Amino acid sequence: MNASWIVTHLWLIPVLPALAAGIAALLPQSRRITAASLAVGAMFGSLLLALCAFANVLMHLGGEESARAVVNFNWLQFGGSWLRLGWMLDPLTAVMLVMVTFVGLCIFIFSIGYMAHDANFTRFFCFLSLFAAAMLGVLISNSLLLLFICWELVGLTSYLLIGFWYQKPSAAAAAKKAFITTRIGDLGLFAGMLWLSYSAGTLLFYDNGSGAMEHTALAVLASHITAIGISAATAIALLIFCGAAGKSGQFPLHVWLPDAMEGPTPVSALIHAATMVAAGVFLVARVYPLMSFGILAGGSTTALTVVTWVGAFTALFAACIAVAQQDIKRILAYSTVSQLGYMMLGIGVGGVAVGMFHLITHAFFKALLFLGAGSVIHGCHDEQDIRSMGGLRKYMPVTFAVYGIGMLALCGFPLFFSGFWSKDAILHSASLWSVSRIPFYMGSFAALLTAFYMTRQVAQVFFGKYRGDSHHAPHESPAVMTVPLILLAAFAILLGAIGTPLWPWFTSFLHGEVATFDAAGFSEPGLVPVMLTSSCIVFLGLGLGWWLYGSKPRQTAAEPDTLEVATPWLFRVLGDRLYFDELYAATVFRLNAGLAIAADWLDRSFWNGIVQTVIASVIALSEINTTVESSGINAGFDGGCSSVSFSGRLLSHLQNGQVQRSLRAIGIALVILLLAWFAFSWSVKA
Amino acid sequence: MNALPLLSVLTALPIVGAAAVLVIGAGCHLRARWTAFSFSLLSLALSLFLWCNFCSATGTMQFVERAPWLPSLGIEYHLGIDGIGLLMVLLSAILVPMAVLASSHVKERASLYFALMLLLQSGLFGAFTALNFFHWFLFWELSLIPAFFLIRLWGGPRRAAASTMFFVYTMVGSVTLLLSFLALYIATGTFDFLALAQMAQQHQLLPAVAAHFTGANYGGISGARLLLLLFWGAFLGFAVKVPIMPFHTWLPEAYAEAPSGVTMLLTGAMSKMGVYGFLRILLPIFGQQMQWMRSPLMTFAVATIVLAPFAALVQKDLKRAFAYSSINHLGYCLLAVFAIAAPFGAVADKSSALAGALLQMFNHGLTAAALFWFVALMEQRTGGLRGVNDFGGLRKPAPVFCGLMGIALFSSLGLPGLNGFVGEFLLFKGFFPLAPIASSISLIALLTTAMLLLTILQRVFTGPVSERWSSFPDLTVAERISLAPVIALMFVLGVWPQLFLGPLAATISEYVSKLM
Repeated sequence: MNASWIVTHLWLIPVLPALAAGIAALLPQSRRITAASLAVGAMFGSLLLALCAFANVLMHLGGEESARAVVNFNWLQFGGSWLRLGWMLDPLTAVMLVMVTFVGLCIFIFSIGYMAHDANFTRFFCFLSLFAAAMLGVLISNSLLLLFICWELVGLTSYLLIGFWYQKPSAAAAAKKAFITTRIGDLGLFAGMLWLSYSAGTLLFYDNGSGAMEHTALAVLASHITAIGISAATAIALLIFCGAAGKSGQFPLHVWLPDAMEGPTPVSALIHAATMVAAGVFLVARVYPLMSFGILAGGSTTALTVVTWVGAFTALFAACIAVAQQDIKRILAYSTVSQLGYMMLGIGVGGVAVGMFHLITHAFFKALLFLGAGSVIHGCHDEQDIRSMGGLRKYMPVTFAVYGIGMLALCGFPLFFSGFWSKDAILHSASLWSVSRIPFYMGSFAALLTAFYMTRQVAQVFFGKYRGDSHHAPHESPAVMTVPLILLAAFAILLGAIGTPLWPWFTSFLHGEVATFDAAGFSEPGLVPVMLTSSCIVFLGLGLGWWLYGSKPRQTAAEPDTLEVATPWLFRVLGDRLYFDELYAATVFRLNAGLAIAADWLDRSFWNGIVQTVIASVIALSEINTTVESSGINAGFDGGCSSVSFSGRLLSHLQNGQVQRSLRAIGIALVILLLAWFAFSWSVKA
Repeated sequence: MNALPLLSVLTALPIVGAAAVLVIGAGCHLRARWTAFSFSLLSLALSLFLWCNFCSATGTMQFVERAPWLPSLGIEYHLGIDGIGLLMVLLSAILVPMAVLASSHVKERASLYFALMLLLQSGLFGAFTALNFFHWFLFWELSLIPAFFLIRLWGGPRRAAASTMFFVYTMVGSVTLLLSFLALYIATGTFDFLALAQMAQQHQLLPAVAAHFTGANYGGISGARLLLLLFWGAFLGFAVKVPIMPFHTWLPEAYAEAPSGVTMLLTGAMSKMGVYGFLRILLPIFGQQMQWMRSPLMTFAVATIVLAPFAALVQKDLKRAFAYSSINHLGYCLLAVFAIAAPFGAVADKSSALAGALLQMFNHGLTAAALFWFVALMEQRTGGLRGVNDFGGLRKPAPVFCGLMGIALFSSLGLPGLNGFVGEFLLFKGFFPLAPIASSISLIALLTTAMLLLTILQRVFTGPVSERWSSFPDLTVAERISLAPVIALMFVLGVWPQLFLGPLAATISEYVSKLM
């Protein structure tokens, strides 16, 4: 791709929201309209530019030139070497740019309504814009370092927005937890980056053949076997995956994501469902050449095998936990963790296109679900517990309709919803995976649970009768909130069309090819049976959920859950999130506290004790033997060292006995030191 | 060579300033403060002038002044700066006006206070520009004396013990340092850093020492062993100053008890004298010894890096917590020094570690000083409260305060986009290949530091605001104006580090080529 205008000016896409954030940061709190219009305007500008970039990639599809354009530049100089950064435009970047700017714009507009009564409205849009800037920066980076920089800034904005209602101690704690937990993963990413920089000699992904993701460097990395028996490429890939796992809430670093729901709901939708948490999946896709180097057709690599298992396990176990949650946002949060596991699974077994397609469809329908939940919470006067809702389809018809679409897309309802096609591609790839069939079964069971817990939620929220305060009936949200919902709902359905086996446009696009209609797509081995199986699973999950929760709706908020009645212990264990927070509190946090106390003790008692003993004994010596002071050695020393005696004279003016004594102590210590030295020398000679 | 002896003028200016403060500011704290502030701005202007006229194409000493001083003792008046000295001069020049502004609460004997502060600055300038041990040592000690009195006379309730400990510790280190250099002087007849470094590089130092100190009079100790002993003597002097564990126990006490304006200078500039000593003096002259002792030295450095933030986690006093955090930040610089002393390794890695260490020195000076400044502002608002648990919910009444201090905290945490990250990245990039195990262990500290700083942010600024602090005053316009340049510099260095790394590049290349 030659350097067209949009390629050389791609940096504008993140810089526009960054400028909006900078200006909003300096605005007084009262300039609400200015702040919101700046944020929305900048995001709209970025969306236009992203569409330009997308069109530019489209024009170059299937052409002679590579579908990737890079621009690298010097950033800083250390000694004789330069450190270079860069940005790039390739199909992966283009599609993510459009998704993030579009979903972002919808959520920005929704926020104008949702946050209308918040005192820190201006600050909110400042943080949102900063987030958008950092996230878009991650997407266009052509350097692991630049990606890391933006990645950490994304983490910062996530921290700021989770803790947006900072007067709630739970929100402040959740924000800290999110930052620390993701930083644990980021340490792995940081170490991987250092190693990559050392072994590949560059952190640029693509650099005309000498980038770290290009064949020459990869061959070097793969041929270097480390002390633990894996190649440097595998080790680096796994370290980078640590960072991805932290950001994308993969087991065992998932604990922060459900707590992140303390933030305002648009934040949950934008950051903790649609975009930021998907950055981990994006990172794996970005370094896929490293992850998959040396892969044979139908085979796997160590790194991809790890990605697959972690993804499959996360998909299943988060779905289990989601079944027993009562908070509308927490159910969606665990669902997000589970779906992120699916994406990882998809990349692990099927490659970038499979995982990324689910990322894109999920971004739309999960943003829709979260905003829908926001609309519900708004309509129910800040109630989040699904037990206290009920019957909302009558009060909030628009929200109900779009929420239903999002829910069916998430469940993977056959044929008409995008989620079906993207989930099916993952399951199909998993069924063909050469290493093991187990991830396929895990994924299928998670699909069953997904349909089940979403039906449970929708049945309790929208069906039956309203169980909240009857004096304040729920109300439908204003148009500024429902219009973005309708837009997202349209995409939750339509997006399926670009990833069917009949016209696999998305896969071709990511590979830089032009898609063709081909009915033969359906004749791939195992495809139709997997589609039929997964359809049956979805119907089973929907049916089960409706049978348990929809057919006899809950009458009061206090009533126990149907599952709770059947298996109280299982419901409690799942409801308590399998005790991971408690486990970490008992191990990691206790270890940390112990180390802190030990380090403090070492300081206060051990080292300081030694020092105090030395000082005390020297002072004691000086008290006993004051004559040594005037001995030749000391006098000679004083003569030789003018500065010491100068300070001594100054100090004597202060008439501070303690200091004088200390100075005397120093003199004595010196004598002892010299004596020791001679004694040591004599002993060496002898 | 310049016609005007700029470096001498730079060193003398604060002394003149100190005299002026004593005269003009006698009896009026406002006049004293403004006189001191004006003189510190003059120094800053002169430093910026040096920065602008510094030739970034060469890595050798510039603005050199050289004249015989005490010819009978072979002592020359020899001044000059390369990129390292320039950076430290600039840092000192930036910090003193900050410290003066942060000391607005000093009303008692203010003229003496600010005069001592300027005297301290002169000590810093002198030490960062001297190229002769004798001269350098005078200023090294000169900076100690005002610091001692500033803690002793204006410090907190435990100031007597803290200042004594500070003084004794530093003094013991200085004495062993002095003894080492006296021995070197006796053996080689010179106090000149560059000459000594050249001798060490050409393997002449050891024969000279061995030739002088052999025979029955000196106990028959071998030359190599003696030189090693001299190394440890010099090491102790710098190790106490930085400090490196286990020679650090004076620091939390001294930082906590010193008035916050003085703490800013202690952590911002005086600790850098130690690191500067490692870079300018210890590594070039005792490079061989450092190589032999690399493993124990790296162990010290890693212990410093890892243990300090853990110790910080349990501190109740914000100043003590930041003090431990400072120990940690400078530990990285020391690890870099020991890592680049290795006889192996690529030029690019060593350059990266050195560039990182230099940036880290500057960044830490700026950020740590800013943090202590914020503590000073808190103390002024609450009558001396600065416990981690004394506050809560301050963001509500003081959003700007919280925002700016938050930026400083995140800068200290090493958040990309702010100054701290670039230095830390270059450091790790450099010493990861040179010392993989040490740097991997040190990664833990990045996490612990994040925990520490976020906990502080959480305890002080978030949660419900109590009745007591509901009218905690936010930053005044004057405070905002004085803090703005500091915060802006954090952003500038985070986004455009080349601004500083450009002028340093030649120095770094030159330095590393001499190591190889």
